[in-house]
Amino acid sequence: MNDPDNPIERPFTVEEKHALSLLMDMVIPPSKTYGVPGAGDTLILNTIINDAGRRTPRLMDALAALEEMSQEGCGVGFAELPVEQRGSIVNAFREAHPGVANLIANLATQCYYRDDRVMIALDMETRPPHPEGYVVEQGDWSLLNPVRKRAAFYRKLDQPSS
Amino acid sequence: MSEEPVDVLIIGAGASGAAMSWSLADTRMHIVCLEQGGLMNPLTYPSTSRDWETRAQGEFAINPNQRNLPTDYPINEDESPIKIANFNGVGGGTVLYAGHYPRFHPSDFKVKSLDGIAEDWPISYDDLAPFYGENDRMTGVAGLAGDPAYPQDNAHRLPPLPLGKSGQILAKGYNKLGWHWWPSDTAIITEDYDGRAKCINLGACGSGCAQGAKGSADVTYWPHALRAGVELRTHCRVREVTIGKDGMATGAVYYDGNGDEQVIKSHIVVMASNGVGTPRLLLNSKSPQFPDGLANSSGLVGKNLMFHPYASIQGVFNELTDGFAGPHKAIRSQQFYETDPSRDFVRGYTMEIQRGMPPVRTAHTGMRLGRIPWGDDHHSAFRRLYNHVTGMVAVCEDLPEEHNRVTLDPHLKDGNGIPAPKINYTLSDNSRKMLDHGVARATEILEAAGATDVMSEAPISWGGWHLMGTARMGLDPAKSVVNEWGRSHDVKNLFIIDGSVFVTSAGVNPTSTIQALALYIADQMKSRLTNLFD
Ligand SMILES: Cc1cc2nc3c(=O)[nH]c(=O)nc-3n(C[C@H](O)[C@H](O)[C@H](O)COP(=O)(O)OP(=O)(O)OC[C@H]3O[C@@H](n4cnc5c(N)ncnc54)[C@H](O)[C@@H]3O)c2cc1C
Ligand code: SF4
Repeated sequence: MNDPDNPIERPFTVEEKHALSLLMDMVIPPSKTYGVPGAGDTLILNTIINDAGRRTPRLMDALAALEEMSQEGCGVGFAELPVEQRGSIVNAFREAHPGVANLIANLATQCYYRDDRVMIALDMETRPPHPEGYVVEQGDWSLLNPVRKRAAFYRKLDQPSS
Repeated sequence: MSEEPVDVLIIGAGASGAAMSWSLADTRMHIVCLEQGGLMNPLTYPSTSRDWETRAQGEFAINPNQRNLPTDYPINEDESPIKIANFNGVGGGTVLYAGHYPRFHPSDFKVKSLDGIAEDWPISYDDLAPFYGENDRMTGVAGLAGDPAYPQDNAHRLPPLPLGKSGQILAKGYNKLGWHWWPSDTAIITEDYDGRAKCINLGACGSGCAQGAKGSADVTYWPHALRAGVELRTHCRVREVTIGKDGMATGAVYYDGNGDEQVIKSHIVVMASNGVGTPRLLLNSKSPQFPDGLANSSGLVGKNLMFHPYASIQGVFNELTDGFAGPHKAIRSQQFYETDPSRDFVRGYTMEIQRGMPPVRTAHTGMRLGRIPWGDDHHSAFRRLYNHVTGMVAVCEDLPEEHNRVTLDPHLKDGNGIPAPKINYTLSDNSRKMLDHGVARATEILEAAGATDVMSEAPISWGGWHLMGTARMGLDPAKSVVNEWGRSHDVKNLFIIDGSVFVTSAGVNPTSTIQALALYIADQMKSRLTNLFD
């Protein structure tokens, strides 16, 4: 395990990147129905790796743990597993390591939902909120009429509760 | 390095420090405010970039341990189910706050007289009313007069925030049940005001308002205070308040931006470092005269920490909500605000609606609450929630309990080697019951409004954003830390003006009261300048 106070500073290996891509696609897979890539898509994966920052060692540890579970349980590495078996290894991993599983899901979603292709598929404008902002309708203020008619009901200072 | 004594030293440039600095400026005294963080540049706020939701979880995260910037101090919160949310920089917590800005009710100052619990405040709503009004004018508040849950007031309000799709959905739910709701008083300007441009519905208030529409203290009070001659020193972290032989405060020792130790002398010292930062500093200011920490003869410095436990209750609707566009707040309900003897808890809560969520938060929330799975069904489940969620939080009154406290951690230290605060907090039975009540009533509203699914979390663990009670005010020096105008009972030139001085917490967000109190204390100081230390 990595020491969180002295995180190793090394890039992901090709094998780790491949395993991470498979894992991210299991969080958010590509979909033909919605016309979107998965979170393991090369561009999105690069964003994930960039964004991981000081969480990188935990991510690397998670990949190592997955690899170990896969070797121990199935005799082959995580990337070589058939899809269904990969699913059961990931489920077992999520149960055993819920904290880091959350981290993986958070990283996947935070990078996925700012990808142009994904935003366009969701009818979002591919821009930051500022400076254009958004329009919010005023709404129907006549909904307040019944409340306007209500008598004041704040508690007076000579009004104990019992 | 030592220098000529200044007249007033204010420690902390957040909500209360800003209001006090501005108010005292008209005395022409030499006022210096020391702030451990920097001056904010709204044009660098997350909402100006595409990765804004990621940055809101990183350098703009609400939890200081997660943010972990050099301007932050760590907090040991292992012994608290509710984690601290703050911001350390000019503007303090208001840089990230949502700007929900209700006042206390008159009854909130008299909890002991009315309900036989906790303590009464030594001041009343009427004492604060003029300062609530002044604070509203300085901050710029949107809202609507005439709320039947409140007495008539003197607020100058800009038009309310738009109801939007989400507000309409929820208003219909409240109306069906015949329950109270009203447009929120919110420190967000809906018209250009005091040189600031109006809200353009960025929906990113919680990570800093790049538009400057949200009334954070760095854009409301500070420009006026600086123009009036207050000296603001940023990146200056105070280690301790110093004491003279006569038992009076003499100033402070602090570390400047280079990490060099500095000494500042002052005739008056004002603590404005918030409900955690202030007791931390007082407890770290030990001397032979004050071996248990400064101003602590009552033993109450750091004790009676109150948060406001929050419940979050969100409904999923077939119709579209506002999504993340627009300020988070729009309406509030105080149907269950006051003590009702037929319930199994005392006091009550405010419901604040929350408009909706941006995409990453939708995904995180859905995954955390088991609504969005990993794998093939992710997309359809996400689309069921995205732009289809709205709901509310219940802001529950927390009662003062001495075992809920801030102490100094024996091991953890900040970047300057100053002991970090440690939080011990347990959720009371009363709070638990109130949260349950809030979740049940909110679920009724959401269902009445047509929700097909309701998701709730109570208490929300990341919601320790209201920090109150740790140096409370009172008339009796044995039962309080400061008197009825904010002066320490023990040290006659030491004042405390932040959320620490709250006696009880009420069931509303605290900042308009914190700032009104700071203005009130400043006014008391000004009116007593000739005999301030008697
Ligand atoms: C995410 C979030 C949402 C919120 N939403 C709302 C809301 O909707 N409505 C509401 O009313 N309130 C809200 N709040 C709370 C609000 O921000 C606080 O109530 C308010 O800022 C407290 O004011 P204060 O003056 O007590 O302290 P702060 O504003 O916290 O200011 C304290 C300042 O002191 C500085 N400081 C601390 N220690 C030192 C030291 N040793 N040396 C030098 N400087 C020091 C800090 O850096 C900080 O800038 C929210 C807060 C957060 C974090
Ligand atoms: S919604 Fe309004 S107040 Fe909030 S960040 Fe946007 S412009 Fe600022």
